[in-house]
Amino acid sequence: MQPIISVSGLNKTYGDFQALRNIDLQINRGEIFGLLGPNGAGKTTLINIICGIVKKSSGTVTVDGFDNVENFRETRSRIGLVPQELPTETFETPYDVCRFSRGLFGKPDNPAHIEKVLRSLSLWDKKNNKIMTLSGGMKRRVLICKALAHEPEILFLDEPTAGVDVELRQDMWNVVQALRESGVTVILTTHYIEEAEQLADRIGVINHGEVIIVQEKTRLMKELGKKQLVLHLSESVSVLPSSLENYQLELGGDGLELTYHYDTQRDRTGITALLSDLHAAGIKFNDLHTSQSSLEEIFVGLVNKKI
Amino acid sequence: MNFHAIRAIYRTEMARMMRTVVQSIVAPVLSTSLYFVVFGSAIGSRITEIDGVGYGAFIVPGLIMLAIMTESISNSSFAIYFPKFTGTIFELLSAPVSFVEVVIGYVGAAASKSVVIGMIILATAGLFVDLHIAHPLVMLLFLVLISVSFSLFGFILGVWADGWEKLTIVPVLVIMPLTFLGGTFYSISMLPPVWQTISLFNPVVYLVSGFRWAFFENSDVAVAVSFAMVMAFLLVCLFVVYWIFKTGYKIRC
Repeated sequence: MQPIISVSGLNKTYGDFQALRNIDLQINRGEIFGLLGPNGAGKTTLINIICGIVKKSSGTVTVDGFDNVENFRETRSRIGLVPQELPTETFETPYDVCRFSRGLFGKPDNPAHIEKVLRSLSLWDKKNNKIMTLSGGMKRRVLICKALAHEPEILFLDEPTAGVDVELRQDMWNVVQALRESGVTVILTTHYIEEAEQLADRIGVINHGEVIIVQEKTRLMKELGKKQLVLHLSESVSVLPSSLENYQLELGGDGLELTYHYDTQRDRTGITALLSDLHAAGIKFNDLHTSQSSLEEIFVGLVNKKI
Repeated sequence: MNFHAIRAIYRTEMARMMRTVVQSIVAPVLSTSLYFVVFGSAIGSRITEIDGVGYGAFIVPGLIMLAIMTESISNSSFAIYFPKFTGTIFELLSAPVSFVEVVIGYVGAAASKSVVIGMIILATAGLFVDLHIAHPLVMLLFLVLISVSFSLFGFILGVWADGWEKLTIVPVLVIMPLTFLGGTFYSISMLPPVWQTISLFNPVVYLVSGFRWAFFENSDVAVAVSFAMVMAFLLVCLFVVYWIFKTGYKIRC
């Protein structure tokens, strides 16, 4: 399947500072792509170049097969953008700014669609209020409504839930899921890794202007995530017997907690042998549980090059 | 061509005028009426006629010109500067529009407001003096061309400005003095010869002169020269706006 967005050899420099380095990235049609990276990694620059707000230094960007410079009308009309900051009009109303956005992106008036979008983000009852009177969360919703007003095929959400309360965040996640189900491709940048973990089909990590990894989320978590078994011992142990050296166990919790890291991809996890050797060594436990690295732990590891 | 975008920009800008009707329409009409009353009464009592035209009527074209130039500049410069200031310009930059749609939308709206204000001032002046317009179509042509030219100039100013001070410095320190020294309240033929020559370097002289010719068929410079100057100014401004969008000067990094 042809990717809906294809970025090839993309570079961006500001004077001596190289913001993006030879970026190659493909976004599949209909997916939710989570673009992660620390502050200043180049996420927003990448998005702004694809959307046409910032000029690239070199490389190519195509959207649905169209070059985003040569055929800017075709590419931009397919894209909706919710920026990171809260740049909203002041004296206009949510209804008017949505109608404006729709027209600006080349679509005729459609009051029914504007109403649908405003209702989906619980803004219909505020449609005639001046935007300056709305709360920060509502302003962010207005920005999402504006981005959806022209029925884009691709939606960029640059930190959409920054500063948003938990309830509203869940509402936005529902909207994003609904958009994906309707065939919209969503590119999401976020600082809340749990957001990407919950929503994204694929994850891309960018750091220092370079794409470090692009992987399906479940595969990424499987391949890079560590799994661990924690045993709660019945009696405190100060030193582990030499028969357990090969397991590289971590002793913690004042000698009452034993942690074993293992890889589920291998033929043998070593758990059965460990339990047997513990029994042989006379070490008893009264509880155990397993856990897997979160996407956040994987992300931090990638960025810090620990994994 | 994205006609829906032109309509969206134009409609939004005109709605802004309606929201600020006192600031947009009433204020320039009131200040022009004050100019008219003060200058017309104070100076008109000493100068009864200039080139066969009563002083009160003589200053009407200049007053209209003063109003539409300042209004065109302030409307279009504010229209593009405010989105830059608030950050909402991202939407314009990411929209499927070229400089053509942006110029028609923003400059068209600013020029429309100026033409409306010009016509209202003309009607207001009719309450004070007996006015006869010798060439109404030429008057309208000058009104529209000058409104468009100065709206383009204001647009350039709005893009160039990176603070509120810069936004007001050109209208206050350049346009206003040039207008006052450009024959708004007098004929440059009343000046000493050396000042007549210096005045010919003031572009506003040509605008006021041409506009006044449309009213009274007398002017400081030939009407064809005035028309050529207006067209030259308009084309230069159009080119600069085109260049701004081509290079992204101060709007696209």
